[in-house]
Amino acid sequence: MIDDSYTIMRIFAGSWGAVFLFVSFIAVVIFTFRPGSRRVHEDTANIPFRHDDKPAAPRAAMKEGRQ
Amino acid sequence: MLDYAKLLILGLVAVLAAIAAQYARDLPYMVHAVLVMLVAAGVFLWQLRRMGEPALPAPMDEYNDGPVRAATIATVFWGVVGFLAGTFIAFQLAFPQLNFDWAQPYGNFGRLRPLHTSAVIFAFGGNALLAASFYIVQRTTAARLWGGGLSWFVFWGYQLFIVLAATGYLLGATQSQEYAEPEWYVDLWLTVVWVAFLAVFVGTLIRRREPHIYVANWFLLSFIVTVAMLHVVNNLAIPVSVFGSRSVQVFSGVQNAMTQWWYGHNAVGFFLTAGFLGMMYYFIPKQAERPVYSYKLSIIHFWALIFLYIWAGPHHLHYTALPDWASTLGMVFSIILWMPSWGGMINGLMTLSGAWDKLRTDPVLRMMVTSVAFYGMSTFEGPMMSIRAVNSLSHYTDWTIGHVHSGALGWNGMITFGMLYYLVPKLWNRQALYSLRAVSWHYWLATIGIVLYASSMWVTGIMEGLMWREVDAQGFLVNSFADTVSAKFPMYVVRGLGGVLYLAGAIIMAYNLWMTVRKGAATRQAPAMAPAE
Repeated sequence: MIDDSYTIMRIFAGSWGAVFLFVSFIAVVIFTFRPGSRRVHEDTANIPFRHDDKPAAPRAAMKEGRQ
Repeated sequence: MLDYAKLLILGLVAVLAAIAAQYARDLPYMVHAVLVMLVAAGVFLWQLRRMGEPALPAPMDEYNDGPVRAATIATVFWGVVGFLAGTFIAFQLAFPQLNFDWAQPYGNFGRLRPLHTSAVIFAFGGNALLAASFYIVQRTTAARLWGGGLSWFVFWGYQLFIVLAATGYLLGATQSQEYAEPEWYVDLWLTVVWVAFLAVFVGTLIRRREPHIYVANWFLLSFIVTVAMLHVVNNLAIPVSVFGSRSVQVFSGVQNAMTQWWYGHNAVGFFLTAGFLGMMYYFIPKQAERPVYSYKLSIIHFWALIFLYIWAGPHHLHYTALPDWASTLGMVFSIILWMPSWGGMINGLMTLSGAWDKLRTDPVLRMMVTSVAFYGMSTFEGPMMSIRAVNSLSHYTDWTIGHVHSGALGWNGMITFGMLYYLVPKLWNRQALYSLRAVSWHYWLATIGIVLYASSMWVTGIMEGLMWREVDAQGFLVNSFADTVSAKFPMYVVRGLGGVLYLAGAIIMAYNLWMTVRKGAATRQAPAMAPAE
């Protein structure tokens, strides 16, 4: 029994499992290059240059960041 | 109410530890039980003295930098200790007389070696990662650290783990799994601390004021989550007795070897790579004063590392009882890892595009850039060594040790030094570092030290590998093992000297940082010190 479950796991991991992981990765890459991502990424890349000394005020910053 | 619960738990732990010390079946267990008893009793008294004091509300308009400062100091301290231990055992290999008779069995190479590896990886690197995580997550979420005093628990709990692990090695408690040597009760304690670490980090992310999560936090979160998973699975063991330090691994044979190297390689991949990449993606942009070269590339770097690294472990087990398909899988994934690693290296280096002139004037930035260059070099060397044909020459030789140190000293060490030079003036409200000349001295001592280390280990590793496989016309081995040992002597001395230079640089850094805090001019608008929680 144990041998069988190993074989099933092994075959599944080497076929559907591998395909699933590969497709997920490609999907992540495609999503990264989606239209309109540049503006979001530019804003996110500049996060380290805000709020160096103290935390943002609760609400205002959230709105400001989303603009 | 919570304070009474704390008192109850601390008192209970102290009593139970006293009982455990009484029934201890071996020396390390007894020493550890006494240590835990003293720590619990000490914290009990500390807690008792502040009972009934009104709890001040945490100032939500300030960052909680206390634990960051503590972890910064611990990083410097454990760094010097770890480098000193490493330099000493390097000379033990060159001059076996340094395994002093009077210090046996505590001072022999076999017990000091895990002390060195754990001190540099988990104590120096771990505290650097604690400081980086707590600092970066607050600055990039614009929120105060979640959990109040929990971050202090993480810091002190982690130091207790380090002390338990280190004293255990010296007294002979080890489960003999490389980089996972601590015994079962130390593993359990680390698990508790790690869950608290995860809670603090995720709690802060949830409370974030920025809509997006900056990429450094992704790397740091993946480091925390993956290390938790690796640690729990690789340390599945059943204690022989609750009153003894010995335990038996749940896995045996090749399954144990595979789990161990799945753990071991991902400790490199997620502790020493993902975590330190989190540092790179925050501190290099900050020091260079420009955003990361390509944010898209950093996202792809992240996901590619996550998808690939976890499979690379079996390359440590070429030509063993492990099935061929598994070690081929590990080899193939290691080679594919070239791409994201170099993508990340290029991303880090190109962040300086348009600011290369800063390298001339800023030795801190120079240190960070050199660390990224070493990241590129060791992530080129690693996949190459994972190829089965290359591995047949390099495995079990000093080449492996050279590779590890070009990554650890060059990449992890240099980026940590860069972070420390950036952080200390910030955390203690100083205008600048005490001495930039001293930073330059540190930079060159460290760099020359690494070059001596890596080149001597290449030479001795390849020589050793070739001597082991040399056969004469009749097919007999030409060299005995002792022949290779005596041939390696000069290279071992050079390696030790490289260690001396690296250690000297670290001591200069410790002095420089100390003087920065003691003598440096304060920044004008010093924010009020946050009260300790």
